[in-house]
Amino acid sequence: MINKVVNNAQDALLGVENGMTFMLGGFGLCGIPENCISELVRLGVSNLTCISNNAGVDDFGLGLLLKKHQIKKMISSYVGENEEFERQMLSGEMDVELIPQGTLAERCRATGAGIPAFYTPAGYGTEVAEGKETREFNGKMYVLEHAFNPEFAFVKAWKGDTAGNLIFKGTARNFNPMMAMAGKITVAEVEELVEAGELDPNQIHTPGIFVQRIFQGKDYEKRIEQRTVTPKS
Amino acid sequence: MALSKQEIAQRIAQELQDKWYVNLGIGIPTLVANYIPKNIDVVFQSENGMLGMGPFPIEGEEDADLINAGKQTVTILKGGSLFDSAMSFAMIRGQHVQLTVLGAMEVSQNGDIANWKIPGKMVKGMGGAMDLVASAENIIVAMMHTDKSGASKLLKRCSLPLTGVNCVKKVVTNLAYLEIKNNAFYLIERAPGVSVEEIKAATEGTLIVEGEIPEMKF
Repeated sequence: MINKVVNNAQDALLGVENGMTFMLGGFGLCGIPENCISELVRLGVSNLTCISNNAGVDDFGLGLLLKKHQIKKMISSYVGENEEFERQMLSGEMDVELIPQGTLAERCRATGAGIPAFYTPAGYGTEVAEGKETREFNGKMYVLEHAFNPEFAFVKAWKGDTAGNLIFKGTARNFNPMMAMAGKITVAEVEELVEAGELDPNQIHTPGIFVQRIFQGKDYEKRIEQRTVTPKS
Repeated sequence: MALSKQEIAQRIAQELQDKWYVNLGIGIPTLVANYIPKNIDVVFQSENGMLGMGPFPIEGEEDADLINAGKQTVTILKGGSLFDSAMSFAMIRGQHVQLTVLGAMEVSQNGDIANWKIPGKMVKGMGGAMDLVASAENIIVAMMHTDKSGASKLLKRCSLPLTGVNCVKKVVTNLAYLEIKNNAFYLIERAPGVSVEEIKAATEGTLIVEGEIPEMKF
């Protein structure tokens, strides 16, 4: 079996340069590649275009890259929880492209699936569709949306094996599987790295073919954004 | 008396049908889950990748890997399932989810909805709202009939940037339950104690009143 293992985040991010386009998995702070983000901060690469559903919070997730002005452009569906983001967006320091969440997901999937573009009903008749091709199918209007072209995709899984197979947990799956498919180089960080053969092939969410580098992550904070509970009765 | 937010949610819950899969937006729509009629089974879809969303976890059992689309910690019910974002929106666009309930800043009499952007203010993004409204067979909008200054939010044409066009068929406000068809708002029910005249005065769009309009029942 092909071995995809690298020692750490530092080795996993070899080849990362200024001006590149990255995909980063996660929904809010759930399922984000914490180790890769820390390493991007350490490397100090800048002028980045980041494709990620959200932009983290001020002091965690992609917020850490924002704080150091490493991001030139964000492509997201919702960016509401971050004051520094707002400041940089309103001052024009950073570009933001907001796209519907399902369109974002499908554009990621299309990227990895060899589909250059597809029609979706989302955003028809709104400013999201401005300047885009539209077409009628069976009496309903659709907008043409294109695949991305990222140099790297950074994803985070619960378990992975040395062959790059990944299993996600709970709603931490979110955008990670499609982004894993889409990266020219896909880096997977996992909470638990095991030998090939230890994961049940029936349970694999992302087959190892989509993963070029995998490493055992460390020091996961897994911060909760909105802690909502039912009081003990 | 105009309805409270809880009562708006309660009235919307009466529209739920047995065996429906339902996506609830953030705000008033989330409250609908508290009023599901006893005799029916519905399943809540959370667009970040879950079917069978349950209540908030018991204190101490929160799981950072199990959240809803509002980033709140939740639980998953027996028979629930987990999936990625592309599959989640395949469910939505593919009309496997029977009902979407969401909030709005404005709705127009042709069924347009605006709920994601106010020019000049910080734009947070549309999240999944555009995908949901472009695809759902049934969309119920939960909203206040007027803004804080008393201006109508049920309009001839939306003034804010649109989230979707010709898609809203039902609206439940603090004053009324209305259906949208034939380029007009049809008044179906009044909030208890609210007169047709009050609703007319609060509706900028064309309001059709046919016969006696009953009060909502709870």
